[in-house]
Formats: sequence, structure tokens, C-alpha cells
Amino acid sequence: MLDQSYYQKTDEIIERYGRKAAALIPIMQDIQAEYRYLPAELLTYVAKEIGITETKAYSVATFYENFSFEAKGKYVIKVCDGTACHVRHSTPVLEALWKELGLSKKKHTTDDMMFTVETVSCLGACGLAPTMMVNEQVYPSMTPEKALALIEQLRGNG
Amino acid sequence: MGFITINGKKVEFTNEKNLLTIIRKAGIEVPTLCYQPELSVFGACRLCTVEDDRGRCFASCSEEPRDGMVIYTHTERLRKHRKLIIELLLAAHCRDCTTCDKHGKCTLQKLAYQHGVNTIRFANHREERPVDFSSPSIVRDPNKCVLCGNCVRVCSEIQGIGVLGFTHRGTDADVSPAFNKKLSETNCVSCGQCRVVCPTGALTIHHNMTDVWQALGDKNTRVVAQIAPAVRVAVGEAFGLPKGENSMGKIVAALHRMGFDEVFDTTYTADLTIMEESAEFLERVAKGEKLPLLTSCCPAWVKFVENEFPEFKPNVSTCRSPQQMFSAILKDYYRDEANAKGKKTYVVSIMPCTAKKMEAERPDAYTYGEKDTDIVLTTSELIRMIDAAGINFENMPSEACDMPFGIGSGGGVIFGATGGVTEAVLRRLVEGHDPHTLEAIAECGVRGDQGIKEFSIPYNGIEVKICVASGLANARKVLESVKSGEKEYHFIEIMACPGGCVMGGGQPTDGTKVRRAETRTKGLYATDGTMAIKKSNENPLMDLFYNGYFKGKAHELLHNHHE
Repeated sequence: MLDQSYYQKTDEIIERYGRKAAALIPIMQDIQAEYRYLPAELLTYVAKEIGITETKAYSVATFYENFSFEAKGKYVIKVCDGTACHVRHSTPVLEALWKELGLSKKKHTTDDMMFTVETVSCLGACGLAPTMMVNEQVYPSMTPEKALALIEQLRGNG
Repeated sequence: MGFITINGKKVEFTNEKNLLTIIRKAGIEVPTLCYQPELSVFGACRLCTVEDDRGRCFASCSEEPRDGMVIYTHTERLRKHRKLIIELLLAAHCRDCTTCDKHGKCTLQKLAYQHGVNTIRFANHREERPVDFSSPSIVRDPNKCVLCGNCVRVCSEIQGIGVLGFTHRGTDADVSPAFNKKLSETNCVSCGQCRVVCPTGALTIHHNMTDVWQALGDKNTRVVAQIAPAVRVAVGEAFGLPKGENSMGKIVAALHRMGFDEVFDTTYTADLTIMEESAEFLERVAKGEKLPLLTSCCPAWVKFVENEFPEFKPNVSTCRSPQQMFSAILKDYYRDEANAKGKKTYVVSIMPCTAKKMEAERPDAYTYGEKDTDIVLTTSELIRMIDAAGINFENMPSEACDMPFGIGSGGGVIFGATGGVTEAVLRRLVEGHDPHTLEAIAECGVRGDQGIKEFSIPYNGIEVKICVASGLANARKVLESVKSGEKEYHFIEIMACPGGCVMGGGQPTDGTKVRRAETRTKGLYATDGTMAIKKSNENPLMDLFYNGYFKGKAHELLHNHHE
């Protein structure tokens, strides 16, 4: 069970966009911006409030890679695996991160809720390939070594 | 309006909404997986693609017909195109055809055979996903889903529930309930319409044939069957008899040969339902409370009210459904040692319906702590069992149902069609049973295949306002209009499946083509026409029930007692 405050916050967000089906995506985005993920209970709640089925809301939420039903870490690392980054060896970068953080294709977030590693299809910065993002910051021309050094640095920040 | 040239032949068209309809009307079969005439056009499977005289290819299901079009439906190019689609679908498909419940009835399997798909060149990269057996009515196997979306659309457009939806995308796309929940954890009402429109084995009936075979093999068990009205007009077609023909006599004979000790007709308790529900209706009208009265025969509808309109729960008739009444009566009758003769009794209910399986498992499906209905078999399962028993159904003689519960009225028989329950209630309430009176009732607006029917009939100085609807999306409209005060009724009959039980989720289906409420409904009305007893209250067994063995037990056996 989520705390009542989550529902109050969600009500505020819903009010922002109105109780209509078309408001689903902006509402989900704002919820995710607030909590860094989309709690399943809130998706069900939003669906009911804006008059669509839970299944429909789930369809939309799973269609977009960007929405996550799992709580994300403090640092969300997006490794670009678009064509340009892929041919310039993004996979070793990803694998190095997975190995260092004990993550995998199935497990995205470290148990201490510090790091989330996910792949994205293109960050729109192909000239800087292979590219990576940590939260809002872009890191160009990555190598496994640079990625691991970055993790060390972030851990130092706490 | 205009002409289209199909494969060199000129064909006239009028107001058909798409090219596919015209092609099929011209007697040409173009394969489809995702097209269902009563649902919105989806255009996903691309199998119905046709070619025009300029070599352009397009899906005929989503193409508006234009005068002067010249199209070809089976060119070499299209054949290759279709074969590749089938091959690609099979690449990501569970291919254990021999153990699949849809074996022999699967559109994908049939198309693969027709198009000579003998090898699949592509590896299946999809992970195997668990099969959902959680619902007593429906089994969902995502490994056999071809993403045609028929179930998604029938559940939201026709039934207005929307339990199933598309999830994820690309190669991860799936059809499932929200959060991949099990069907038993959702708002699913078990109507089985998803299974009716599924072209493959992804959604199938949760079958119980093994349980019944076991019971039939046990010498110490008396296996008794009850057969619902809509079953008798759907079995024959599976054995090459005319569509919609009443084959009740053959069904009874087949069941006797399979080892059923006694075979009864659910029409008998349909008549009891009419007796009880009419009395309940008159009482509510007299007191002016809990109106409109909502019928309770359809378990998918009852579940729908509980899930989505709990405020209407008190309006639902307290009458058990005919199935549950019959099972309770049978169990009670054989509870008496003089009748039981040392055997235990096993009640098999043969229904056109998948929701009846769910109903039989409900907490209120017990009397004196004993489960009333042991097992529900759908029409489709019955057909398989008749086949498995080596019975030559076409050549079966006709046999009558057994006594003491073997007589039903015409009013009970027409329960299987939308409006039937209401018509039977009216027959019970209106004085007289001459042809003129009965005809006036039949023509008051109660019959017909419209999704929502409204009419009123004068009775005892009041104008009784009645609504009859089938399909739960229609039911939702009706309840919303009552809730808002826009509409006012005394009596509302709802059947979850469009057209009523004849189109139930457990009936045999031939996949993607237009389905046949009409022939089956006609079959029921024709049967009613041949019956001497038309009114439930004139069924001689009613008196035996109320004044004989079951005297004083009507309330306990025939009604639900929960709040």
C-alpha cells in the first residue's frame, strides 16, 4: 500500500491536466518525474479517475520504454545502443557497467537504490558515439574504463 | 454503389463498408485472422491483402470500395505474400499442435496447411511464457497469440469491460490483462467471447472432460446431466446436420450411451425460474421496491453487476439461475436414501456458456453445505466427448429426457435467445394461452436481434416498462441510463453474449466468419412452436414440485441467500 500522500500528489497532477483520457501520458510523466518511477497502484488510480480501463493505461505505459514500474536508483544511467553507438562498441560499456554493479538485462537497479542501468535506442548525439547519460548529464565517447571511473566518482559523491 | 471487377468478374456493390465484405459476398474466400465483421476494423494480419490492376497491394478489410476498381485476390504474388506472413507468425508461435485444444479448429493451422508451409526458416526467439489456468472458464496461452487483437476488441467494444489489452511493443508485444495479472484476478466475467473470436489456441475453454469421463467410469456414482436450451440447436452442425436444427433427442440418446444414468432438460428449471421470478416481480411491483428487477440467469451479467454496478446488486433477482436450481434440486432429491439407492450423485451441467463454470464455483453455489453442480461442460466439450465415445451422432435415434424432471415448456426453451426470459415471464403473467394471445406477446417487441429493446405492456392497471439487452456494453448503457434517471423500467433482462445463450462462449465456432445467432434462434422458436405446453405455469411438473416431494423447499433450493 502506498502512503496517502502519493494519492494526494496524484490528484494534484490530475487536476493539472483534467480528467480526460487524452491526459494520460502527461499525467504519467509527471508522476514519474515526482517519484522517478510509475507506481502500479497510481496507474490504476489514474485510469479510474480519468475514465479509462486499467488495461488501456497499462498498454500505453508499457508501449513507451520511458515509463518504469520499478523504482529507479539515484543515478539513472542510460547507455545508448542505437546503431551508431552500437557499431562503435557500446555493448562492452554496458557489460562493464552490468558486471561492476551486479546488474543484468533483467535486473536494472542495484539493491542499494543507487544505480539504474538501462539501454536507450538513440540519444540523438551520434557524433559523440558511444554515448551515455547519467540523469540529465551526457557523457560522450565512452569506453568501459571511462564508465567504471565515472561509477567510482559517483559513489564518492554518495 | 457501383461495380468492382474481382478476378475478371464484374460484381455489384451497394453500401458495403469494405472491399473484403464484397469479395466474400462474391463467394471468394480471402483468409483473415484479425477481421471480425461485428468489431472495428484493425488491419493487422495483412492476410486479406489484394492486388489491383496497377500492381498495388492493400488490405481489403480496411479498403473502401470504389466504383470501377479492378482487383485480384489470389495472384502468385499474393500467395507468396500470404505464405510468408504465415511462416513469420509460426516462427514465434508454440507449434505443439497435436496437444493444442484448438487442434483442427485453428485458423492459423488451417492456413499453414493450405499454403503448404512445411518448414519454418526462422528460429523462435521468444521466451516461453506461463499459461494462465487461473480462470475456471478460460485458459490463456500467450505462446499461441498472433496479436490479431480480436479478443481485445470484443472485450472492450462488445462487452465494454476491457480486461485484455496490448502490452509492450515490437517483438515484445503481447496481449494480456493489466500488469500481466491472472484472469482470475481481473474484472473478467468469464463470458468467453474472447475465446469465440480467437483464431488460434491462445484463448480456449478451460475444459473438464476428464472429470466427467472419470465419473462415468465409476460404478458407485450416478451421473446425471442437465442440458440447457441453447445446446440443442448448436450440436447438430458439428456433425453435419442443418445449422440451428434441434437435436435434443439425439443428444439425450448419445448421453445415455455414454453412460449417463439420467438425462434431464434445464428447461424444467427455466420454468421454475419463471414461477419464482414472476412472483418476485409482482411482489416488488406491489411494494414498489427494488425496481427495476434485473434477471439473474446469466452469471457473466451477475458478475458484471457485482464488479461495475454494485449499487444495483439489490435489484438482481434472488432466483438462482436455472443451472443452479436444477443442480440443487437433483442433489436434494438424491439426498433421500430411497432415491439414492446407495450411489453418490454427480451432476453434470451441459451449457452453451463458459461463465457457468465460474458460476458453479461461486460460494453461493452450495446447498446445505454441498456443492450443487459438480461439473459444467460446454457444448464444445460435449461435441468432443460424443466423438471420443465413438458415437455416430447423425444416426442416433431420438430419445426423451428422463423423469421425474424431464418436461419443460416452450417458455423454458426460448430462454436460450435474447428476450426469451422476458417472453416467458409475459406468458406466465398474461391471462390465456390461445394462439392469439401468444402471438401478441411475441410481437410486443421482445423478439429480434437488436442489442437493446424497449417496450411496455399493460398489466393490472399499470404500464409495465421492460428493457431487454444483450452484450455487456449494451447492458452498461442501460444501467447508466437508469442510474442517471434518464430511463425508468420495471424489468430488465440482460444476457452477456450478443444474441443470448445461443451465441454463448462455450458454443462451437468456426473462427473468423460471420456467426449465426439467427439460425440457432430460429431453431429455438421452431422448437417452441412444436411444444404443446407454452407457459411455464402449465408445466405439469410445477405442481409436483410445489406440492410434492419438494413442498416447502422452494426458498431454500431456488434462491440465493447472500446479502
